[in-house]
Amino acid sequence: MEKFKITDLDLYYGTFKALIKVNLTIEANQITAFIGPSGCGKSTLLKSLNRMNDLIEGCRIDGNVLLDGEDIYGNIDVNLLRKRVGMVFQKPNPFPMSIYDNVAYGPRTHGIHSKIKLDEIVETSLRNAAIWDELKDRLKKSALGISGGQQQRLCIARALAVQPEVLLMDEPTSALDPISTSKIEDLISELKERYTIIIVTHNMQQAVRISDKTAFFLLGQVIEYDTTENIFSNPRQKETEDYITGRFG
Amino acid sequence: MSTSKKTVINNNKKLTSKSKDPVSLILRILVWCAAALTIMILFVIIGYILYKGIPNLSLDLFDLEYNTQNVSLMPALINTVIMTILSITIAVPLGIFSAIYLTEYARRGSRLVKIVRITAETLSGIPSIIYGLFGLLFFVTTLHWGFSMLAGGFTLSIMILPLIMRTTEEALHAVPDSYREGSYGLGAGKMRTVFTIVLPSATPGILAGVILAIGRIVGETAALIYTSGTVADIPDSLLSSGRTLSVHMYALSSEGLFMDKAYATAVVLIILVILLNRISSYTAGKISKS
Ligand SMILES: Nc1ncnc2c1ncn2[C@@H]1O[C@H](COP(=O)(O)OP(=O)(O)OP(=O)(O)O)[C@@H](O)[C@H]1O
Ligand SMILES: [Mg+2]
Repeated sequence: MEKFKITDLDLYYGTFKALIKVNLTIEANQITAFIGPSGCGKSTLLKSLNRMNDLIEGCRIDGNVLLDGEDIYGNIDVNLLRKRVGMVFQKPNPFPMSIYDNVAYGPRTHGIHSKIKLDEIVETSLRNAAIWDELKDRLKKSALGISGGQQQRLCIARALAVQPEVLLMDEPTSALDPISTSKIEDLISELKERYTIIIVTHNMQQAVRISDKTAFFLLGQVIEYDTTENIFSNPRQKETEDYITGRFG
Repeated sequence: MSTSKKTVINNNKKLTSKSKDPVSLILRILVWCAAALTIMILFVIIGYILYKGIPNLSLDLFDLEYNTQNVSLMPALINTVIMTILSITIAVPLGIFSAIYLTEYARRGSRLVKIVRITAETLSGIPSIIYGLFGLLFFVTTLHWGFSMLAGGFTLSIMILPLIMRTTEEALHAVPDSYREGSYGLGAGKMRTVFTIVLPSATPGILAGVILAIGRIVGETAALIYTSGTVADIPDSLLSSGRTLSVHMYALSSEGLFMDKAYATAVVLIILVILLNRISSYTAGKISKS
């Protein structure tokens, strides 16, 4: 089943064209990886899937992005879109409040105020983010006082708490140590049963380890999009091959 | 063991030896002198006032009614509190909301933002006597409020508005964008993001601005003499005249009759200011921690 269908997407930052004729179909309940050299537009495409680029002045879009067949740049409620398409950022960005309030922030935003319900959501979200056991005794403590890896898993829990359908992850492990990274990778693989996951990564091994499909970007274009196995074992394009074998900046 | 110690000491010598460089030595001495001078001035002023004032402190200085016998500062003290509360309640919400509009809602770098910013900067550079004259012409005369706490309060709130706006703006700008992104990313709207994420994170900074503003209110004389007048009693209503501690001191020392009492009043004023400072930095610390 296809979750996202992106057709002929052009994106401009002012006069600079950051995405050129992007065509991609993202499958539901799969992990899709975006790879490519720095500045090629991976984050830009990711942000256009939940319209986070609305916040950037001078950002303009041509083309179509369909979520379950519905045009997300049409007449839709952006807040509802972002509830359905959650995001985890490169740098962990917990809010300066308690761990509990961080996770409860999303549900509260969407109108859940019953204490019993919130308690339940907080626990399941933290469990699903594989961090419940580490944090259950200090839910009332500030979220800024935990380690970077824990913060990132907290941010994943926070994103899960609004029960999204899609999770966008922009280099979620690039700021973390190997142990935290492998914890998060395991977590992502588990989450794919219930969520559609799109992940930007600079780490080839990570893409191989966790993703089902991989898109290779270069200078704002999708050069090649295929199963991860094909991309890494027999790429069809010369540029892809150069990049994955490390012969490329 | 001993040799390694020696090398450490030698290293230290090497590191500190740059003070032998004459320019840096002179600079160090200058910096040190400036610091010493600043501290000295503070202590001399406070010491002098305490020395002259404390012997003149007496209980009747705190009588509720002012007369020429007791030269009580109590009404002025109470008026100061009223004036502070009045000006702050007018200026703080207004200043915070305009700052929120400028940083969070208006398009960055738009004409309106620039105009408002230039206006605020100009306003904050105007001497307070000008505010006093404006208050006299507008609140006292045109609006027929007479010399009153209300006229004084409004005049002072105009005076501190730019200060509140600027410090709030700075505090809002200092809130990392990643907080905003995190909130929008969860499907929160602008309003919720601003009021539940951005504003609480900016509170210590905003509070610092409010503290500065309170300092200006407590210390203000020129803008008040022409607006809230110099009556030395507790006002019956906001439309009556009343003098604050600073105005009280100004009156005492310009009349020249009660210099001793003026010093005693100064002691109370200084204690008040120091107390205010402590309380506010304490609350700021509390808030930023929680
Ligand atoms: N807010 C912005 N305004 C203007 N140009 C931008 C903006 N954000 C990104 N760009 C430009 O768009 C291009 C794509 O940026 P993007 O952040 O999507 O790259 P990326 O593939 O995510 O790179 P990285 O791997 O370094 O994160 C870059 O050339 C970048 O300079
Ligand atoms: Mg990026």
